[in-house]
Amino acid sequence: MKNSIAAAVVAASLGFATAAQAEITVGFITSQSGPGSSIGVLYDRGMKAAVEYASSVGAEKVKLIQLDDGSDPSSATRNARKLVEENKVDLLIGTSTAASTSAMVPIANELKVPMIAISPISVAANDAGDRWAIVMPQPPTLMVKVVVDRMKRDGVKQFAYIGFSDAWGDLVYNGAQKPAEADGLKILTNERYARTDTSVTGQVLKMMAAKPDAVLLGGAATQGALPPLALAERGYKGPLYGTPALLNTDFIRVGSKAVEGVQVSAGPVVVAEQLPDTHFSKKISMDFRAAYQKANRSPTSDAFSAYSFDAWLVFLDAAKRAMATGAKPGTPEFRVALKNAIFNTKDLVGTHAIYNYKPSDSYGVDERALVMVRLVNGQWKYEP
Amino acid sequence: MNGEIAAILAMDGIASGAIYVLIGLGLVLIFAVTRVIFVPFGDIAAFTALSLASLETGGRPGTVGLVAVLAVLATAVEAVALVRNRAFHRLPRALLFYLVLPLIPVAAVWFAAGTTFSMPVRIVLSLALVLPIAPLLDRIVFRPIADASVLLLLTVAVALHFALSGLGLMFFGPEGVRTKPLTDAVFDIAGLIVNGQMLLILAASIVFCGLLFLYFEFTIQGKALRATAVNRVGARLVGIRPTSTGTIAYLLASLLAGISGVLIAPVTTIFYDSGFLLGLKAFVGAIIGAMVSYPVTALGAVMVGLLESFTSFWLSAYKEVLVFSLLIPVLLWRSLSFAGTEEEEAEE
Repeated sequence: MKNSIAAAVVAASLGFATAAQAEITVGFITSQSGPGSSIGVLYDRGMKAAVEYASSVGAEKVKLIQLDDGSDPSSATRNARKLVEENKVDLLIGTSTAASTSAMVPIANELKVPMIAISPISVAANDAGDRWAIVMPQPPTLMVKVVVDRMKRDGVKQFAYIGFSDAWGDLVYNGAQKPAEADGLKILTNERYARTDTSVTGQVLKMMAAKPDAVLLGGAATQGALPPLALAERGYKGPLYGTPALLNTDFIRVGSKAVEGVQVSAGPVVVAEQLPDTHFSKKISMDFRAAYQKANRSPTSDAFSAYSFDAWLVFLDAAKRAMATGAKPGTPEFRVALKNAIFNTKDLVGTHAIYNYKPSDSYGVDERALVMVRLVNGQWKYEP
Repeated sequence: MNGEIAAILAMDGIASGAIYVLIGLGLVLIFAVTRVIFVPFGDIAAFTALSLASLETGGRPGTVGLVAVLAVLATAVEAVALVRNRAFHRLPRALLFYLVLPLIPVAAVWFAAGTTFSMPVRIVLSLALVLPIAPLLDRIVFRPIADASVLLLLTVAVALHFALSGLGLMFFGPEGVRTKPLTDAVFDIAGLIVNGQMLLILAASIVFCGLLFLYFEFTIQGKALRATAVNRVGARLVGIRPTSTGTIAYLLASLLAGISGVLIAPVTTIFYDSGFLLGLKAFVGAIIGAMVSYPVTALGAVMVGLLESFTSFWLSAYKEVLVFSLLIPVLLWRSLSFAGTEEEEAEE
């Protein structure tokens, strides 16, 4: 499979040697097999929609080379190196697990190729002090801050926290502390549970005894529904809040009545149809949905495919400016120009956010990148 | 913490402890008879829950493929062994036990895919599907190395667990499942709300402990199992075949794992890899029973459940740490009172 792609690339570059020289090449890595594939396949479909939406910069066609990393960080690293060294790509985009994405960043730094990360990771500058990678998704601290601010608006004075006993549980709890202090909210408990736990009765009893006005959920996907189920069983009637990690059909299936009314922060594209016409994301999100339908012959309302779409938009915008410098695609000069252009992205409207990247920071979104949605009858409803 | 919270926590702890009791007893049973610490035991419980869930939605459980593959492999291994020993007359019997019997529930589920059964039928079907897994694994993996050291058997069992959980991902997918509750009944006992599911777990655990006791005390087969556990060579001398007692031990233990899987499926979300932790906690209970004593194992398992429940209230982030740290004092005490262990073994 990989070989046949490579063969096709070689054949194409031989056949159209003159055309290929100025062509911009993008290397895209995603997980189409392995445990990360449930998200990786969505990234793939989002990229198909992106290419359907626009596939040229000015008069230049863009060539996309896609590889599967099988949810394996070492394979992601190998593929990234191969794309840069053999296929001379001008940009790397990837991939679906945080571990694999983080593993690609050192390659981008080492080989001096700009990279767009589509999983939420934290990127440090390299030894020389410069950055080659930007991150598309909203940072976890922002995801939580928007939720805490909403709690304050809803009149919550004190809330209980329960989350996973892993890095994600820590990220949500730590993310909630600062905004809670700023908003004058009190966090009553810091309860934890593991994904494989069979019961959270003890944690829930402790939370109930603290008499919270609301509960913040720091779980994810299917097992995110365990605390709401236990809370409902013990007669908790107050509001529930969560993060985009709960935007998951299995969470709704398993939680059913107990998770009804839960409010989570989400990228605006998730509720694109319900946004007012004046919202920045409305038009581009509807365009994205149409392109997705055309490219994949199925509708979408997930958040992940939109990240690869937005990555493509950022790339197209930056490539236009990089081409204006006169550097030729496929050369080190062009990669530097492209990197500089990407890190100077200004007010670029995407489906998730209005992107602004600065050379000093790999994250480029602000609070506009998140809206609050509420689960009503098993459907996410926009809550302005 | 007030009395009510303590009572709820105790109830919860005893209920999860009851699940560990079933798995712990199975672990001890297999270890006593075959000297294998059967690490993939929890996986079998998880597979039962996953099969039950997919039968509930009218799907075709992944166990079908798993059992079919294992049955074919085991038959091949057995047939080769028999042909080598020129024991052709035993071939039909081997075919019946290793191929036909395991494939009956497989075929039943395969051809009935899409129809929804009533709850009891679903439970019986998923138990029947899961029951052959451990005996078949025994035939394929453990019997060829039956006389190896305990350490080697343990290493193989650990490897087997990883293989099984990989296969679980392939056959069941990464998503977790939760089945409908077996009962919706809720009881009010002295102001304490107790749900029927919890009582059912307790009742099932007590009933199966009782049945095991009766089986070991009053049936020839049960006594043969105990004899093999005490002394393999001696049992052989008096005409007990260790291989067949081994198969019976695996079957019985599978049944225990299957039942705990059925009981736990409606209580929490089960993933393809959930079984390992269940097995590990039950293993702590079995260690408390020094891998020989059934009643002490049961007590130990309930203790693990209670400890888990109370630490989840006080120090939820350190729950797992505390449960597994329990092993250290227990092992210390066990190794210091080594003479006591010997006595217990003599009692058995």
